[in-house]
Parts: sequence; C-alpha cells; structure tokens
Amino acid sequence: MRTLRFLLQKEFRQIFRNRALLPVIFIAPMIQLLIMPLAADYEIKNINISIVDHDHSAYSRQLVSKISSSGYFVISDYGTSFNAAFQQFEKDKSDLILEIPLGFERNLVKENEQKLFIAVNAINGTKAMVGSSYLNRIIASFNADIRLEMTANPRMNPFPNIEVPSINRFNPYLNYPFFMVPGILCTLVTMIGVYMCALNIVKEKEVGTIEQINVTPIKKIHFILGKLIPFWVIGVFLFSVGLFVIAGLVYGIRPAGSIPLLYSFLFLFLIAVLGIGLLISTYSETQQQAMSIAFFFMMIFMLMSGLFTPVDSMPNWAIVIARLNPVTHFIEVVRMVVLKGSGFNDIKYHFLVMTGFALFFNSWAVWNYRKTA
Amino acid sequence: MNRNIVISTDKLTKRFGDFVATNEITFDVYEGEIFGFLGANGAGKTTAMRMLCGLSTPSSGKATIAGFDVYKETEKIKANIGYMSQKFSLYEDLTVQENIRFFGGIYGKKKKKIKSKSDELIQQLGLEKERGKLVGSLPLGWKQKLAFSVAIFHEPKIVFLDEPTGGVDPVTRRQFWDLIYDASDRGITIFVTTHYMDEAEYCNRVSMMVDGYIKALDTPTKLKQQFSAETMDAVFFELARGAKRKAD
Repeated sequence: MRTLRFLLQKEFRQIFRNRALLPVIFIAPMIQLLIMPLAADYEIKNINISIVDHDHSAYSRQLVSKISSSGYFVISDYGTSFNAAFQQFEKDKSDLILEIPLGFERNLVKENEQKLFIAVNAINGTKAMVGSSYLNRIIASFNADIRLEMTANPRMNPFPNIEVPSINRFNPYLNYPFFMVPGILCTLVTMIGVYMCALNIVKEKEVGTIEQINVTPIKKIHFILGKLIPFWVIGVFLFSVGLFVIAGLVYGIRPAGSIPLLYSFLFLFLIAVLGIGLLISTYSETQQQAMSIAFFFMMIFMLMSGLFTPVDSMPNWAIVIARLNPVTHFIEVVRMVVLKGSGFNDIKYHFLVMTGFALFFNSWAVWNYRKTA
Repeated sequence: MNRNIVISTDKLTKRFGDFVATNEITFDVYEGEIFGFLGANGAGKTTAMRMLCGLSTPSSGKATIAGFDVYKETEKIKANIGYMSQKFSLYEDLTVQENIRFFGGIYGKKKKKIKSKSDELIQQLGLEKERGKLVGSLPLGWKQKLAFSVAIFHEPKIVFLDEPTGGVDPVTRRQFWDLIYDASDRGITIFVTTHYMDEAEYCNRVSMMVDGYIKALDTPTKLKQQFSAETMDAVFFELARGAKRKAD
C-alpha cells in the first residue's frame, strides 16, 4: 500500500504539472459540452424551398404564406418555371420544390380535388425526409382550413377529420439538449479516460522511465493501479462538473433518478474504459501508435453508441457491435436515469454487462502487461 | 581471490529469432568489484545486462544474481540491484527531491530514512540549490550523477550501469567515477558498460564482447600484456577488428 501511495503522489504531481495537458483534460471537454449540444439538433430548420406557382390565386398565396410562417422553411425562390427551380436544386440552393399547378384554386373549389407536386433533393437524406413530411403536414392542415371555410355548417362536414393528439413523455418540449447533453457528456468522459490513460503509460515507455520502474520490485498490480486511479478520479470529477454545472445550470437538466445509482454505474464504466486505455498502452510502443489505435476505437465507440442514431434502427450486425460497445450502455443508462428516473431494476442488465466489460478489458491488459520481456 | 561471487553466468544465451544477441557467455563477478563490460555497439552488451537485471528472460543457460535465479526469482533480484539505463531514467517533470523520494519510496524505505538520506545525498552532490528544480532543467552531467545516486539509494548489492557517461564532459566523468569508487568502497558491486577506454582502465576487471561472445576477460594490466598493447584502446581495436556485425 505504501508503494501505491508513492506512485499516486507521483502521478498526480506529473498530471498537474503538465501545463499543456491540463486545459485539454479539464477545460476542453467543458467547452465541447457547452457548444456541441446546441449544434447537434435533430430538429430540421431552415429548409430551403423553391415554389413554382402557376396559379397565382388567393389560395396559392395563402398556402405559400402558411409555409413561410411555419418557421421551418426559407423560401429561396418563387417563380413560374419548374426548370428555373430545378437549377436552384442543382446548385444545392434549395432542398425542396413545390409546384402549384395552373387552376389550383378553381379545381379545388369546383372539383373538390387537386394535386400538388413536391420534388425532394435527397442528397441530405434527413433534411429531405423531414422537410417533405413537414410540408405534407402543412398542406394537410391547409386543406383542413379550406374545407372548414367551404363547408357552411361544420357539423355537416363530409370529410371527417381524425386527429391524433400525442404527448411527449420525459422530455415534453422535445428539447434536444435534454437528449444530447447526457450523451455527449458520456463520450467526453470516455475520450479523456481512454486517451489520457493510454498516452500516459506509453509516454513512460517512450521516455524510458518504464524500464527503471520494471527493474524495481514494484508489483505489476501496484503500478497499474497507480496509473488507473488518477484517471478514474479525474473521470468522476469531469462527469460531476459536466452533470451539475453544465447540464444542470446551463441546460437546466436535473437528474430525475437516483444520483448514487448513476454514480455507481459511472464508477464501473470508468474501470472498463480505463481498462481499454491500459490495454491499448500494452500493445503500443510510441504515443503515436497509441493515439492511432485509440482514435480508431473512439470513432466506433462514438458513432456506434446510439449517441446520434438509435441503436434499434441499425442493421442486426451493427446492433451486435453497438451492444459490445461499453459507451452504448453508458449513454443508455445515463439517459434512462437522468431523463426517465429509471431505478436499479430497469438497468441491472447494463450493470451486469458493464461488470463483464470491466473484468474482460482489465484482465486482458494486466495479462499483457509484462515487466520482463 | 576467495571473495564471494555475486554474479555468476553459465552459457547464458539470448536469441531473437535466428539472431543470437548473446552467445553462451560465462563469467563470474565478485563482491565489491568494479566490472567493466566492454564491446562495440551491437556486440550484445545491453541484451546481456537486461537479462542479468531480470528485464529479459534468457533463451538458455544459467545465471544467478546476488544468489537468485534469473528465471524464477526476478522480483528478488530486482530488490537487490540498482540499474541505470542508457536512456535517461529519472522523471524530468519531477524535482530532484521528488525523484529521490519516489525511488526511495518504491523500494520500501522508511520516510525518515528517505528524508535524512536524501539530505545527505543532495549535499554530497552539491545540489542544495537545485533540490526544488525539475530534473529536466539540469545539465546532463548533473542528471547522470543524480541518476547514479538514485540507483544506489536503496543500498543494492549490485548496480548495473549502461553507458552512464555517454555525452558527459571529462571533468564530470571524473566526478562520476569518484561516485563509483565511493559506492564500491561501501561494498556495492559495480557492473558497468562503457565506450571510453580510459574508464576501462579504472575497472578491476574487464570483459570484451565481440559478436555476442566474450572474447577476453581479465584485469586491464593483464589484458594489455596478453595482447602486447600499450593501452586499452589498442586491446579494444585488436579484438573488435574481427567483428562481423555492423554497429547498430
């Protein structure tokens, strides 16, 4: 135990003395957490729409003003030529074309029926899909308005309206930061854990001091604990600042569930993640190697964690990978506990899986770390 | 000479694939001796030394260090030796005082003992003004003297020095050797590699490695007689000329 105390003292001294690295560990993640949720927003706004109006009637103008006042669309041009509108498309200046045919108002009144044409620029798939569904909803609502206007007696409405009201549980205003902040916080803690832990050990290999350590009677387990504990403490600290200061004060997110439960999972998760860092360090000789390996895994951890895209909608093989990714479980648990207030019974499966990860990565790393070549 | 043997090797060999870095070397080192381990670059000195320190497992052969077996008792060996590697081995981002405290601490020395001994050591090295400075800011010669002092801080039976004076000026080298003599007088066995032939003259006995073999082993005086050479330099040339391996 005395040996461990000397090791910890040394590690903390070195970490806090590294003027170049300190801001990267403590300031950068907080800035990222402040900025990224604001940009990572699924709500699509500012969809550029070209309107080709062949009708120029009161109704067509009414429809156009309804579209522009919805707040989702920016009317990039308004004209009478589909070809001109299509050129805007090709220059990527507009995402949607709405064509209102000649006789729109007349046919609507006389024949009770009219077709509109929507062309979607599907280069940016999400924007196109969401945009066309917004536009469809606006047109449907415009349609209902006109029906109401045209039918003198609303009770005699020949077109019965079915309305489906829905409420959003756990995040009533579909506030995206509520969803993104806990997720981004999770990935930041992961990054700091994996990178710092791996680089720290590999640096000792590069400088040659690890040789000096290996020739002392220090026990392997003490050396490893001496490396893991400081980053474990830093991870817990970063998560706390992120959760209570940035998520709490800036975004107004108050964890709905139990804080001790959340922290028990964090403790376990950090052990697993630091095990990955340690493992990477045992397989690399230089910081450059460690950085490249860590980067490869971080990309997978980030993109296949359900942070941006729901795991359930991935193909089956990808779901398997996502389930083998500790970050997926961490993000899920943090979202469940923070937003939904889930209890231990809801997340005990994740506890089990995470214990497995922690044991797996750490035993592998300890096994592969050798004092004698 | 009926002194105790502290290092004993018997056909100690290390292979890396087809390459035999150290080929059946056999020698004994006596307690309190200054043993020079010479050879051209790539002759296999560092590999041999790493095996003796328990950093590398031999491919075949036998060796005992301070009475402990290099295969089974590496951790016991480590408690009884000091080591100073070719690469600089102290933490540059810790101060002089912190480095001494850390290495004293991990060898299990008591706090009070560390305190009193490090004061003594700092005074001996004349580093009173530098004790609070980061080791990285010291000149190389001072660093090497400090690294040596740290390597023998826990009073090991044997200390292994891998080219400890490379790149150090002659005056500091002389001072470094004063420290080595001091340690030797206290009964610490010194096992040192070097490329400076004047330093070879300071050793009690010298071995010469060529292409993984030990080609000669005796006192500097006898070696010079044997090769009818004026200086150790000439002895070295005589032996190393036959080397087939390219320097690394």
